[in-house]
Amino acid sequence: MSVPAGIKPDIARLPRRMPGRAPAFAAALIIGLLLAFSASGYHLFQYAQVLIYMIALIGLNLLTGFNGSISLGHGAFFAIGGYGAAILMAHLSVPWWLTLPIMAGLCFIAGFGFGMPALRLEGLYLALATFALAITMPGILNYKRFDAFTGGTSGLQVDKPKVPLHLPINQDQFLFLCCLAAALVMLFIAQNLVSGRVGRAMVALRDHPVAAQTMGINSAMVKATCFGIAALYAGVAGALDAALVGFVAPDSYSVFLSLSLLVGMVVGGLGSLWGMLAGAIFIEFVPNLADSFSDMFGESAKALPWAVYGVFLIAILLLAPHGIAGALRRLVTSVRDMMAKASSRPATELPAISVGNQPAEPNHRTTQGS
Amino acid sequence: MISRRELLASGAAASVATGASLPALAANAPGVTATEIRIGQTMPYSGPASAYGIIGRTEVAYFKMLNEKGGINGRKIKLMSLDDGYSPPKAVEDIRRLVEQEKVAFIFQSLGTPSNAAIMKYLNNAKIPQLFVATGAAIFSDPKKFPWTMGFNPNYQAEAAIYAKHILANHPKAKIGVLYQNDDFGQDYLVGLKSVLTGDKAGMITKTVSYEVSEPTVDSQIVTLQGAGVDVMLFAATPKFGAQAVHKSFALGFKGVRYLSNVSAAFPILKAAGLDAAKGLLTAAYVKDTSDPALAKDPGYMEWAAFCNKYMDKNAIVDGNAAYGYAAAQTMAHVLKQCGNDLSRANILKQAQSLKDFTCATLLPGITLNTSPTNYSPIRALQIQDFDGAHWKSAGELIHS
Repeated sequence: MSVPAGIKPDIARLPRRMPGRAPAFAAALIIGLLLAFSASGYHLFQYAQVLIYMIALIGLNLLTGFNGSISLGHGAFFAIGGYGAAILMAHLSVPWWLTLPIMAGLCFIAGFGFGMPALRLEGLYLALATFALAITMPGILNYKRFDAFTGGTSGLQVDKPKVPLHLPINQDQFLFLCCLAAALVMLFIAQNLVSGRVGRAMVALRDHPVAAQTMGINSAMVKATCFGIAALYAGVAGALDAALVGFVAPDSYSVFLSLSLLVGMVVGGLGSLWGMLAGAIFIEFVPNLADSFSDMFGESAKALPWAVYGVFLIAILLLAPHGIAGALRRLVTSVRDMMAKASSRPATELPAISVGNQPAEPNHRTTQGS
Repeated sequence: MISRRELLASGAAASVATGASLPALAANAPGVTATEIRIGQTMPYSGPASAYGIIGRTEVAYFKMLNEKGGINGRKIKLMSLDDGYSPPKAVEDIRRLVEQEKVAFIFQSLGTPSNAAIMKYLNNAKIPQLFVATGAAIFSDPKKFPWTMGFNPNYQAEAAIYAKHILANHPKAKIGVLYQNDDFGQDYLVGLKSVLTGDKAGMITKTVSYEVSEPTVDSQIVTLQGAGVDVMLFAATPKFGAQAVHKSFALGFKGVRYLSNVSAAFPILKAAGLDAAKGLLTAAYVKDTSDPALAKDPGYMEWAAFCNKYMDKNAIVDGNAAYGYAAAQTMAHVLKQCGNDLSRANILKQAQSLKDFTCATLLPGITLNTSPTNYSPIRALQIQDFDGAHWKSAGELIHS
């Protein structure tokens, strides 16, 4: 197997059609609109960042949670999306919304191209190959010959998108709503993808590569496509981020970004698409929280934020080993079980377990290592 | 309410101080109350540049000391210093928090070229002063394009121009070999050298070799310079490569003159290269070498040491970055003092533009800070120093770029 069993997500619920999809989307939309018209500009900027991270995390989760390949280099595709969009906007005057599909396509090709040879490596070897990508990316962006395009270490300034059509909203509200729309669309696409034929092939390859190939699934092609799609999501996120921040530089995309994305995905919950919202919130807000926590130790404690961050991370992984989504699912299931027990008491012999369409524990199917 | 007399008095004071016409008095900036001035900055307390975090800590401590002495014109200074981890998007988020949530009056000494570049447009659009940024890139001293952004460090081109002038004055027949880092930083040195060595002097640069930051060593580049028969070597290198270049040129028995970029001239770096190997090096400096016991009786040093003993940890005394932060904070305090009771953003900028021969306790004797509405580089002259095997010693007069 390409992934250690410990981080295997809950397979049983993956290909299932999700009945509660429309209400969830409607609720997200309503909450988003409420936020857009009540929060301050600074907070909307943060919420937009959360949605951008969420898009990138969904892509990464398709790759890791559903296809079982680990990528430590997702920040590199985020960087390609960001720089590509910035260069298109700054040098070629491409309207910013057009950069999203362009960078989606370009990053898909880049991901597919990188995935084809790299995915012959399994597990940790693949992780190291993608890690190399993350490490070299700032160097490539810094490369002297590209300076005319990339602006070198000083980076590239981009004009932030203006509100179109004289809409009665400000720039922060507009950008937040754009990110909200993009996040919901990308989430919808991902849900369709994993509940369809491609998604089943991805999961089959993760769990039983030999059996899947016997069934006629083209392993190399599906894996590389999956890598390409993951890169596409990162590219869209990167392009949105460039428009939101209005600036790109090699230091915007350090190795740390890739590691943050991996942390966000694990915290959110492998194999859960909505869980990526929780992961994105973690990436965005916990460092700030850690900073203010460590400030309580006085001004000389400025080195502490990452220690506090580490404590948060360890606490979450101990309390919710399957991520925040896994913990919520468990909570819902145990509540249902309790309600079922209560209602089934009159009918004496009925087993409580048949109620609730999800298993109480994530179902780790044992797989033979290959 | 400001009375008519106060208005006239402060206006007259300002016009005397700046020699300009009577300024229009605007309302005080956000973050300014009768008892407090709130200012903000971002610092890389975490991440790849965290060694610079001590600059922010020194500045916070400096204002704490001032506040204990009663503040500036009766107001306490509250410096909010946030961690941006050297990440430009994080810096943008932090700056928006400082401006929109915490309502700071202005931004002081945010650190790093990319972080400052990321926030420059936002601050200029909102007409918020971005004062004394902690980077040597020339883009932050451009009053025509970014009137609300002002530099502090002498920029790299100016430093290189000073080396070129020193070479012309002392070794007019030299054959110069240059080792430079292949990025903005190293290229800036080449530009600065060539701006002085023009015309028939252009041929003095006989060999240039570059390296990438990803390379493990620069040994072969030094061998190439030595092989080209140069008698002056200039290392436009960051610390690790600077130390390697110093060590290798010594090991090869190079007998000529060696210049080392100021960013690599800190004592621990030279120690890594070998103090024998570093003997005779030249650099252009503006901050005092506070590890030098010869300074013990220097009043500026005594002020600095007393501050460190009370407000910092003792190791900070010999830290060049801390000494730098002290100088920047002193400059800022001076500007706020000059503002008097008019703490509008326009007046804060105006006073920052009006530095005249200001001196700092931790800057070398003779280094003065001067600004004007067209000059946003406060430090324009540097002191050539040579390394005697233990400490940097000033040699000769200040050189203006």
